[in-house]
Amino acid sequence: MALKTYESEFKIVRDDSKCIACQVCVRQCANNAHIYDAEDEKVYADDSKCVNCHRCVSMCPTKALHIEHTPLQFMGTANWTSSAIRNVIKQADTGGVVLTAMGCDKKYPNYWDRILLNASQVTNPSIDPLREPMELKTIIGKKPDKLEFENKGGKVSLKTHLTPQLELSTPIMFSAMSYGSISLNAHKSLARAAFEYGIYWNTGEGGLHKDLKKYKDRTIVQVASGRFGVNSEYLNTSAAVEIKIGQGAKPGIGGHLPGEKVPEEISVTRMIPAGTDALSPAPHHDIYSIEDLKQLVYAIKEATRYTKPVFVKIAAVHNVSSIASGVVRAGADAVVIDGLLGGTGAAPAVMRDNVGIPIELAIAVVDARFRDEGIRNQASIIAAGGFRNSADVIKAIALGADAVYLGTAALVALGCHVCQKCYTGKCNWGIATQDPYLTKRLNPNIGSGRLMNLLRGWSIEIKEMLGGMGINAIESLRGNREHLRGIDLHDKERELLGIKAAGETW
Amino acid sequence: MFRFEKKANPFYEKDVSGCAVSAIMNTKGRRFSSEGIVKSIANQRDRSNGLGGGFAAYGIYPQFAELYALHIMYQNQASAHKTEQYLDDYFQVEHKEVIPHRHDTVISHHPFLRRYFVKPYPVGEKTPDRIFERLSEDELVIKNVMRINTGFDGAFVFSCGKNMGVFKGVGYPEDLAVFFKLEEYSAYIWIAHGRFPTNSAVWWGGAHPFSLLDWAVVHNGEISSYGINKRFLENFGYNCTLFTDTEVIAYIFDLLVRRHDLSFEMASKVMAPPFWDEIEKMPDEEKELYTTLRATYGGALLNGPFSVIAGFKNGIIALNDRVKLRPLVAARKDDFAYVASEEAAIRIVQSELDRVWSPAGGEPVIVMLEEPAAVPTAP
Repeated sequence: MALKTYESEFKIVRDDSKCIACQVCVRQCANNAHIYDAEDEKVYADDSKCVNCHRCVSMCPTKALHIEHTPLQFMGTANWTSSAIRNVIKQADTGGVVLTAMGCDKKYPNYWDRILLNASQVTNPSIDPLREPMELKTIIGKKPDKLEFENKGGKVSLKTHLTPQLELSTPIMFSAMSYGSISLNAHKSLARAAFEYGIYWNTGEGGLHKDLKKYKDRTIVQVASGRFGVNSEYLNTSAAVEIKIGQGAKPGIGGHLPGEKVPEEISVTRMIPAGTDALSPAPHHDIYSIEDLKQLVYAIKEATRYTKPVFVKIAAVHNVSSIASGVVRAGADAVVIDGLLGGTGAAPAVMRDNVGIPIELAIAVVDARFRDEGIRNQASIIAAGGFRNSADVIKAIALGADAVYLGTAALVALGCHVCQKCYTGKCNWGIATQDPYLTKRLNPNIGSGRLMNLLRGWSIEIKEMLGGMGINAIESLRGNREHLRGIDLHDKERELLGIKAAGETW
Repeated sequence: MFRFEKKANPFYEKDVSGCAVSAIMNTKGRRFSSEGIVKSIANQRDRSNGLGGGFAAYGIYPQFAELYALHIMYQNQASAHKTEQYLDDYFQVEHKEVIPHRHDTVISHHPFLRRYFVKPYPVGEKTPDRIFERLSEDELVIKNVMRINTGFDGAFVFSCGKNMGVFKGVGYPEDLAVFFKLEEYSAYIWIAHGRFPTNSAVWWGGAHPFSLLDWAVVHNGEISSYGINKRFLENFGYNCTLFTDTEVIAYIFDLLVRRHDLSFEMASKVMAPPFWDEIEKMPDEEKELYTTLRATYGGALLNGPFSVIAGFKNGIIALNDRVKLRPLVAARKDDFAYVASEEAAIRIVQSELDRVWSPAGGEPVIVMLEEPAAVPTAP
């Protein structure tokens, strides 16, 4: 049956008066959307293969290329959108699951855009970060209920010592993205930038490549349900260990790295045979309840001789506050919450777009729950999932997060254009691919420089906003919801976020 | 008018205000009249706007030194009746009276003002049916004060320490001194405050000093960290009820010094800590100390501009924010210690001074009684 009309989502527009048939686009496109015809000495396009990643547009020396959404659209209705129809046809063709990547792209309310920040006027001087100290240093980990001191011959010294902590120069870290889902050059860029800037990067669940061991002190190693690459050396080549229970893009399900994406290097790092599928089960098969999680937390603490904080990452789901409370009681030093908009290298679209709750609400209810229970000091809260700019970050901190994880924003800094085709392994930007022809396009020196630029830019902006609020240390904003006001929010939403409406006074 | 009907709501409230502060203390514990402190605060009249003033005085109730002196304001007789019944259930009320005041001053409208000298029932047969056990007398008093202030409409406890009391209201402080007949008291520490609130929601309970047990705090500034200070304290069971940022300072002192046993120096380093740059340069042991202090008590850091004076039974502590965004001057003359917003407020009381200085941002001025035992406990 000739039903398909969906092949071409995009249309490649080539300006023949500019094109010099140099074939850069042909070589740059791993999807083979550009074809050179030697007889005609012309480059033609196969629109059906275009993913709109803009690689060819960016590289074209004569600026002859342009990509459009194809003018051929389904009739569609408000309900039966083009993508709804396209997906039904695809599934009727194949009987498969609709795959996608990156974060949820459905139009749910974005609460960051409905929260406004405060600034000082008259009664309280704003502080100029260029003239006055402005402190973003953040310390992640379990804090004691109280401190005790000893007085030795008039000299006061600490009796209470902190358990291991992470020190961040700015309240931002790089989120877990595995070697396998992204390239070694991407990992190198993240690791180097974290090391240089004084923050942390996260290996994700695919183990730690041997070339990256030197970044140990700025590395968070992840232990997920597949336990890829996990051994005693791995756990100890880190600043912290993160147990991954869930992911915002696909709460409740596992992961699948196809065998084609498991070449030698990845096989060694993950400790699995080359060419075999790397399957992460949906649950950890040694964690069927909270008490099992406690055993894993302490098994890891034992294996690392209590020298490293242990994080537990969960997806923001309906019961997130009680789950997070359980996680803290199971001994986690930090709880990582990944929200509805969190990214992924591959997930069924139906999971990505429909499961979970927004990170804004999750941060607010978890922070409030911890304070109600008097356990807020026992663990840090790290928020992840869809942070686009420094304003999102500072709002997350004011709602109660200690720090945030960046995934997508970091990849965009490395060249990602959010085409959402990571799962194809054909990333033309050399990020979400293992094809050596593509990965060499990402130079870790340049990549780490761009990541550091991003961290610097956001940190400067955070300092400006803090100074405007008359605050000179980030800990005075953490959980300080007095500096937030809601706009276009229902009362219930404001109640959950713990913020007043715009226009309400102190 | 007195805003009693408005109890703490799920969202936080605070008053923004500029202010004048002043304190005089005799380090030998010798009691002296209110004349000096009233002169000092009146000399800073420009710093307040008549919408709030008050005084704290230590050593004023030697005849009841072992009893908690509860100063309570009531909106009406019904709230007084209900609260007194409650007090009878939980405390042995040894003495109660109207807080003496004049009827012919510029103060034309005020709540009912009463004071009670009480002690909690000792654990025994008369222990009231209660849900908390193993609480010290101080803890019991705090719990009951918080309960009255959050749960009893029209009643507000504004002072609950031993051998000390707070006198405050809406008006210029010097007028309130006349109203409360302060010339009849003598104290070894006097603290005063004149208020310049920048919103109209003024009420008697919102004037300074704020007091909890024997802490009394006056404050000039706006705490921009208020939202987190308040939530930090909730983690430890403190409910902020006064719609103002100053009360968090009193609670932070109580938490750090009384409950967590930190020294005053250490507590002031929590509220106005050294910068990370400075900590970086410290020797290892000190570096660990200050890093741990900031990491653990970050929620108690007071941000924004402030100069604050806190009194307690053995002395006073005065502190500026760490970048000194509000004025504070300290001075000594023989047995007397002075702290005020302006030097003029000290000079008008004592023109000849041994030493006058402007403490640096974050540097606490701590003045302790030379001999705590010297405080008279009986007439």
